[in-house]
Amino acid sequence: MALKTEEMVLNMGPQHPSTHGVLRLELKLEGELVRDVKPHIGYLHRCFEKHCEAMSYPQIVPYTDRMDYLASMSNNFGYAVAVERLLGLEVPERVEYIRVIMAELQRIASHLVALGTYGVDIGAFTPFLYCFRDREKILTIFEETSGARLLYNYIWVGGLAQDIHPDFVRKTKEFVKYFRPQIEDLNNLLSYNKIFIERTANIGILPQETAINYGITGPVLRASGVKWDLRKNDPYSIYNKFDFNIPVGEGKMGTVGDSWDRYYVRILELEESLKIIEQAIDQIPEGDVKAAIPRRIKPPKGTIYSRVENPKGELGYFIVSDGTANPFRVKVRAPSFVNMEVFGELCKGHLVADVITILGSLDIVLGEIDR
Amino acid sequence: MYEFLENIVGNQIIAYFIAAALPLFLFILPYALIAVLAERKVSAHMQDRLGPMRVGFHGILQTIADILKLIQKEDIIPSAADKKLFVTAPYIIFMSSFAVFAAIPFSNFFIGSSIDVGLFYIIAISGFVVAGILMGSWASNNKYSLLGGMRSVAQIISYEIPTAIVVLTMVMLTGSLNLETITNQQTAFFWNWNIFGGAATGITKIVLIPLMLAAFIIIFISMLAEVNRTPFDIAEAESELVSGFHTEYTGMRFAMFFLAEYANMLAVSLIISALFLGGYNSPFGYLGNSLGVAWLIPIEQMFWFTFKGIILVILQMVLRWTLPRLRVDQLMTVCWKYLIPYSIAILLIVGFITVL
Repeated sequence: MALKTEEMVLNMGPQHPSTHGVLRLELKLEGELVRDVKPHIGYLHRCFEKHCEAMSYPQIVPYTDRMDYLASMSNNFGYAVAVERLLGLEVPERVEYIRVIMAELQRIASHLVALGTYGVDIGAFTPFLYCFRDREKILTIFEETSGARLLYNYIWVGGLAQDIHPDFVRKTKEFVKYFRPQIEDLNNLLSYNKIFIERTANIGILPQETAINYGITGPVLRASGVKWDLRKNDPYSIYNKFDFNIPVGEGKMGTVGDSWDRYYVRILELEESLKIIEQAIDQIPEGDVKAAIPRRIKPPKGTIYSRVENPKGELGYFIVSDGTANPFRVKVRAPSFVNMEVFGELCKGHLVADVITILGSLDIVLGEIDR
Repeated sequence: MYEFLENIVGNQIIAYFIAAALPLFLFILPYALIAVLAERKVSAHMQDRLGPMRVGFHGILQTIADILKLIQKEDIIPSAADKKLFVTAPYIIFMSSFAVFAAIPFSNFFIGSSIDVGLFYIIAISGFVVAGILMGSWASNNKYSLLGGMRSVAQIISYEIPTAIVVLTMVMLTGSLNLETITNQQTAFFWNWNIFGGAATGITKIVLIPLMLAAFIIIFISMLAEVNRTPFDIAEAESELVSGFHTEYTGMRFAMFFLAEYANMLAVSLIISALFLGGYNSPFGYLGNSLGVAWLIPIEQMFWFTFKGIILVILQMVLRWTLPRLRVDQLMTVCWKYLIPYSIAILLIVGFITVL
């Protein structure tokens, strides 16, 4: 005799501990088995793109902070690069070096949040606090230089808001030295934990083909085995001066492109970012960081699509200029938004607990998805 | 204990009541208060934090402040909830997890009720928790609670099997269901504890040691699962199900779940230490014996017993703050594919040994 069963619709979020913000998931469940997932977004929509049309180019910079609020420096960086390309502006060497160091520190900070919260999603709370403790050191470095801990408004079009703090170089070197053993610690505590591997390996496998078809970028794409990093493939700023690797997922614990790979690629990227910082920190040339900032930004008529490698993936700015002081249109290609699209496909046929695992492994930030 | 009280009170029934309730009031309620604080301090120090620091010296009064706060909270019953079940559930869980202590011997003087079916009673009464969880989760009329409750019930029922099998092994070995008798068989020094083969001698003891170690690990894992602690806390699974079956509970009702959880932790630790770690027996011998002060011995015994229990409780806490959580199907795999076959194998081998 077959039991009569019913599909259950479970509404997860927007207030939920592990939707990483105000994301709402509509799950169709059969027992604990997920039949269908429908993400609902827009709870954090702030009309960023529309606002930009009413503001001058430099005014937009603090708004970009608020997109991926875990990687504000990188957002600033991407926007500055885009407008500079539109203007055809050259920035001093010193500025470029500081920008790269800031962006890589920011990448470490952002990945630390991703890794730590991923641990919480799986049920391990302690790694989360270890990650935040280390992130705190980066935030302190940022705070000294830019005056803010989260929304820096530091990288401006043509330059920087102010020069680095006298302690900056020393503290960054100290951090690099301090942080290397911490990665090992995190590996021992979480990455190679048997239960953690059981929970993440072979869960939410994203094949290479699917990843490319969906336009996935960043660590999620690299975990699927695609060696694609804009810092190498479409170099901007001075990234071609540095020697670093692009880690890709190898399916060490399961299949290529599973949740464990996505997690582990981020761990490996921490080390690569440290390498870049080590190379850059001793070479910062002298100079004035504000010298090249234009008095009035009035780009010529035209369009630009400029992209940078954010911690979460390819952050692209599409700017249409009509020759006035305000942009005619700013469109942002947010990495989290694009990476989120594949979520429904990954979840089908998994259990409720895996939905959280997969969502955490994509590492989304709702500020960026909704903009 | 009971005879002693009967002499004082002069009434059999009242003496029974007091004897059964005394461990609870004298010991378990204060313990729960301290354990909640201990958990917060243990986790804090594992995580490079300080934990509660404001209320009293290093926050020692924090739990009391929390309880006071919880008492003042509005008692919300969701309008869609089944009111009767919703209200009853926390009492059932509270009662069953505290009733366990009645049959646990704290010292040869201090035991709530030294009944001959002690272990049987403990297994039966702790199985009652399942009913409370199911009632609470179903009555909340919340999908997260329901999922949590279902998981929890499946988990507890599954893990009762290896627990019961290991307990059965111990019963076969010791020939008694009475925890006091089992404890008394493990007297003298720590190599007489059941984890080291008990009071057996010669070749039997050597054969028993690995078996008993395995049995100890099995019962510890399954007891961990029975009290819903990480890595088996899928029923609460904060990151998935918010807080599982007690999502909808507020105020004092929530506090009852909370205190029951900590009481449960101690209960299982004490049962394990009574079965395997010599119960209230000192590992070295008694100060009271060497000094010739007889009344000191029960106090020492109580110290050793709680000491062993607390060590196991702290072990549970450390595990909780180290390990991630298993998924619901993996949890069942651990139970049905590993724990149950191994425990049955141990049961069979120990059976042979006792017959031979």
